[in-house]
Amino acid sequence: MRQASIRGAGVCVLLSALILSVSTAFAEDLAARSLAANCTSCHGPNGNSLGAIPSIAGLDKATIVAALQAFKDGTRQATVMQQHAKGYTEQEFAVLADFFSGQKRQ
Amino acid sequence: MSLRRREFLKRLSIVAAGASAVGVRSRAFAAAPRVVVIGGGFGGATAAKYLRLWAPDVQVTLVERNREFISCPLSNRVLAGQAELIDLTRGYGALPGKYGVRMVYDEVVAIDPEKQRVELDGDDPLPYDRLIVSPGVDLLLDEIPGLRDAAARQRVLHAWKAGPQTIALKRQLEDMPDGGVYAITIPKIPYRCPPGPYERACQVAWYFKQYKPKSKVLILDANDKVQSKEALFTQVWSDWYAGIVEYRPNSTLLDVDAKTLTAKLEFEDVKAGVLNVIPPQRAAKIAADTGLITANNKWAGVDFLTYESVARKNIHVLGDAILAAPLMPKSGHMANQHGKVAAAAIAALLQGQAPNPSPVINNTCYSFVSDKQVIHVASVHRYDVEKKTMVVAQGASGLSAAPSELEGTYAESWSRNILADMLG
Repeated sequence: MRQASIRGAGVCVLLSALILSVSTAFAEDLAARSLAANCTSCHGPNGNSLGAIPSIAGLDKATIVAALQAFKDGTRQATVMQQHAKGYTEQEFAVLADFFSGQKRQ
Repeated sequence: MSLRRREFLKRLSIVAAGASAVGVRSRAFAAAPRVVVIGGGFGGATAAKYLRLWAPDVQVTLVERNREFISCPLSNRVLAGQAELIDLTRGYGALPGKYGVRMVYDEVVAIDPEKQRVELDGDDPLPYDRLIVSPGVDLLLDEIPGLRDAAARQRVLHAWKAGPQTIALKRQLEDMPDGGVYAITIPKIPYRCPPGPYERACQVAWYFKQYKPKSKVLILDANDKVQSKEALFTQVWSDWYAGIVEYRPNSTLLDVDAKTLTAKLEFEDVKAGVLNVIPPQRAAKIAADTGLITANNKWAGVDFLTYESVARKNIHVLGDAILAAPLMPKSGHMANQHGKVAAAAIAALLQGQAPNPSPVINNTCYSFVSDKQVIHVASVHRYDVEKKTMVVAQGASGLSAAPSELEGTYAESWSRNILADMLG
């Protein structure tokens, strides 16, 4: 009896840990996807653009980060991107690069 | 599917199995939560799609009265013969087909916030756990006495919702003899699409310059200055449309005589060949009927972390209907971004989790100042925890240096992409 309840408590602890880790994964995943969704209004679903705006889906991570940083610093000419890039942090550049580099180019 | 997502789902299924083994029943595994979205525009359609993407276990129903969506952005080009409405029209088919959104083509009669359900004109009522209201604006034509009857409204058009009025206004411009005056009246801010009236003036001026060079464009603005991209519009009017465009600030429309096409202002009457009245606006009636209006008797106040109404629990409001933070224009791009923040917040809340404490949104707004030349304004807005509102991020706003054809190609691409983002 006593042993069973200890085992039950163990299962509960394990479950709580799992639920917590799933919660964290869910929150992180959602945060990344919703940040990336900032970009898709112009760059198209998952970064696949129709027309003149460049597609960003499937670009490599370092390329995306370098481009955003250059827009932010003003070392790369642009029409709108130097204004947008100033609104995001370097950590956010990394999250965006991680997301869009993982998207399939269509 | 990303590795992270696969890993997440794997862990989720382990927890689900574990939870059911010990009889734990968490909220996430209860009956599918129901979210109803009212209005399939830039805000509502985006929210419906992204909610299904981010919370696949949520049942999402989108109620929309029209079978097709017609984009207001870029529709001013139709007036100059540079675009067709069909290019700006999209169906709703992908929402059910690709994302599992249930479409209901119907008119909302009422919202019952106590019973948490939406009453429809034709269909059965829709119960909800959370409701998204993205109803757009009503055009307050009744505030202009001369526009209270239907015949007057046929002669003096607004064309401020893209559709039949856009085509009808184009016909009026075509029928106007050379040497006539096109007068456009602009209400006090806030109204839908702040640069829209000035863009329209440019489109009509471009058309006149090509085809009716003795004609004039008269802008009668209730505001004391141009409300968006002021330096750029002013420059274009003097550089390209000198002798065609005349801009008059502080010109509030009091009434019209639709028979003689006369705009009655405070100190003068102006007779036009084509009179185009953009009426004052407020959040659509369903927002008022539901007690969502909290500011100036016109706009719905929201919590910018979730877009939940400050007046009604479990009801979120998006798009032009909200009381925006300073420098957040009433634009389709903004509504699209509201829709994503709300979708993420609702996905989290329905999992029993806190919403993102620091949402970021942006705006990009292009205006065609000729057939091909375009100018823009862009900005990024971040949540300020102390002020509990959205503020423009340091340095992250600005205008075009000058009109360009390059931005014209971006503007066309933007339109295709945002329509794909919400409905593709």
